[in-house]
Amino acid sequence: MRLHIDWTACDGRGVCTELLEEMLTEDDWGYPVLRDGKGEIPRALDGAARRAVDRCPRLALKLTQQ
Amino acid sequence: MTSVAEAPTGRVEQRLLDGEVGLDAHLARHGRLPILDSSQIIGMARDAGLTGRGGAGFPVWRKLSAVAQAGGAAVVVANAAEGEPASRKDRALLAYQPNLVLDGLQLAAAATRAKAAHLYAPKAALPALRRLLVARRTAGLDRLEVTLHAAPDAFVSGEESAVVSAINGTGAVPADKRIRIIQAGVGGAPTLVQNVETLAHLALIARYGAGWFLTAGTADEPGTFLATVSGAVRRPGVIEAGYGVPLGDLIAAAGGATMPLQAVLIGGYHGGWVPADPALPVSRRALEPFGASPGAGVVVALPANACGLGETARIAGYLADQVAGQCGPCINGLPRMAATLADLAARRPRPGLPAEVERLARLVSGRGACRHPDGTARLVLSAMRAFEADVVAHLHGRCLATEGHR
Amino acid sequence: MTEALWYFARGSGVISLVLLTVVVALGIGSRSGKPAFGLPRFAVSMLHRNAALLAVVFLAGHIVSLLFDPYAQLRLVDFVLPFVGNYRPFWQGLGTLGFDLMIAIVVTSLLRNRIGARAWRAVHWLAYLSWPIALAHGLGTGSDNGTWWLWAISIACTAVVVVAVGWRLSTGFSRFPARADREVAARLRQPEAKQLEEVR
Repeated sequence: MRLHIDWTACDGRGVCTELLEEMLTEDDWGYPVLRDGKGEIPRALDGAARRAVDRCPRLALKLTQQ
Repeated sequence: MTSVAEAPTGRVEQRLLDGEVGLDAHLARHGRLPILDSSQIIGMARDAGLTGRGGAGFPVWRKLSAVAQAGGAAVVVANAAEGEPASRKDRALLAYQPNLVLDGLQLAAAATRAKAAHLYAPKAALPALRRLLVARRTAGLDRLEVTLHAAPDAFVSGEESAVVSAINGTGAVPADKRIRIIQAGVGGAPTLVQNVETLAHLALIARYGAGWFLTAGTADEPGTFLATVSGAVRRPGVIEAGYGVPLGDLIAAAGGATMPLQAVLIGGYHGGWVPADPALPVSRRALEPFGASPGAGVVVALPANACGLGETARIAGYLADQVAGQCGPCINGLPRMAATLADLAARRPRPGLPAEVERLARLVSGRGACRHPDGTARLVLSAMRAFEADVVAHLHGRCLATEGHR
Repeated sequence: MTEALWYFARGSGVISLVLLTVVVALGIGSRSGKPAFGLPRFAVSMLHRNAALLAVVFLAGHIVSLLFDPYAQLRLVDFVLPFVGNYRPFWQGLGTLGFDLMIAIVVTSLLRNRIGARAWRAVHWLAYLSWPIALAHGLGTGSDNGTWWLWAISIACTAVVVVAVGWRLSTGFSRFPARADREVAARLRQPEAKQLEEVR
């Protein structure tokens, strides 16, 4: 599974970067940066990723297969 | 650089742009389209190795068959939006051989069994196209009615999902790529968006066959392409040539350089700088080592006395201005990257400046709904490499190009 | 027994108002994106949600207890339809209205992933309407109006919300004040009604 950021929706509120520190950092303007550049979700972070998706105030995070 | 030797067939030649203007001349020269079914058209596109001429260079047959198999009534769109300031080829094609484009659109519709066809073009091109469509209808040429749409004159308006959004009436704005327009595009239907030049090639392939198409270009990049040559050349304009054409031939076809050249921008404002080597083949393969590609055929010749960093900073500033405004990293990152490069170009150095340009370029890449940040970053990074000596000079308050040290 | 219900109705009403105040303040806090009140952002947003759900529980208690109250004479219809009550219909109606708005906000929040961010946001803005209505309802209808402690609580709640809204409107609200606004460029919007030209 992969984490997908819909940039047309993301407001850089910073909730996901807290909930998913292992995968995300913030850029100079507070928008999330995928650490691996691709959004590959390690099995161990499955739950955290789902929670980040659920808590995004802009619904800008999605889980995608592939 | 083995590809240099492997590109013997590329040369300047007229296929699309050849012949007289007008519907009668078109019919006299090429005749009516043969009646072909979906699998025949897709097969021909595959055998010809036809790729998209809008910039991405994706194999046409794969897109055609994906839309044909998506299920549901498909929609086809001919894309003539040309927001790229250095490109003129789609406008030229629509002005000189619009019938090839419209033929190709009907072929794409037949291949995908589409129920609707659209042509998205700059407003200025629409009145003539409207008259032509009436004439073609009278002549019984178009099986599927074509709806015209005005493309805003802006850089990102021709991006695939922006084209779909524009036709859907929600503004020419790129959309998130999670939903693929091949599955759900115009009105939610499976949609094929294809550059007008690509469609015109398809119209010729349908008449003269894949074998004929393969006689131009290189073995792995067959066919001709339209190049818009500008900058320090005597007769800037649109030139047709086979892929792999030596850069020098393109420049010569544009009247030759007005002065010694320092570098050439290939692929447009989202392209890359390559050395002004007349023998360099213009093909995906030969340009790849420079991080460039033929893209939509843009070739801009930079004279030896112009500062490449300054020119790139100007373009980067323009691109930063042309953001759609939707994506945070792009609307913040591109202006910052452009301004940082402008500081370097204007010889306002500060510690870590070149590294900062590169950091910003990597930061914005891949972080937008469309590839505008990626393309802008690619251009900037290629300038940092191509004008490396001048980067060092600028940090010491000098400019090699404008001081004539070359 | 009725006496106990009556106290419970009043008490749960007041607690609801306090909770709603907290919910509004936390909602604004989580909107800022700054780690508000010394808590991380996600904690602020979780607290916001949980306090809201708790407020719904207390509101339900408030309403159900009034159903059995001989003075209020609340009927089931008063749960949903404002301003048709028997007892102080206007002030009681405000309570119904505030409740309706709040239910709309909570339901859309729970279904956020289904209805999409845009619809959810539009409904969520009603919170700024729902809160003052709840305040007015408490001050106007309550049998405790005029008591010093209800005034004190109301004033304290108002102060909290006013400060929060003031912060919301201030320039220091955003985490990144220098950030460019995300707004679709005018040149890409299509002013001339789709700019669609058809050929028939």
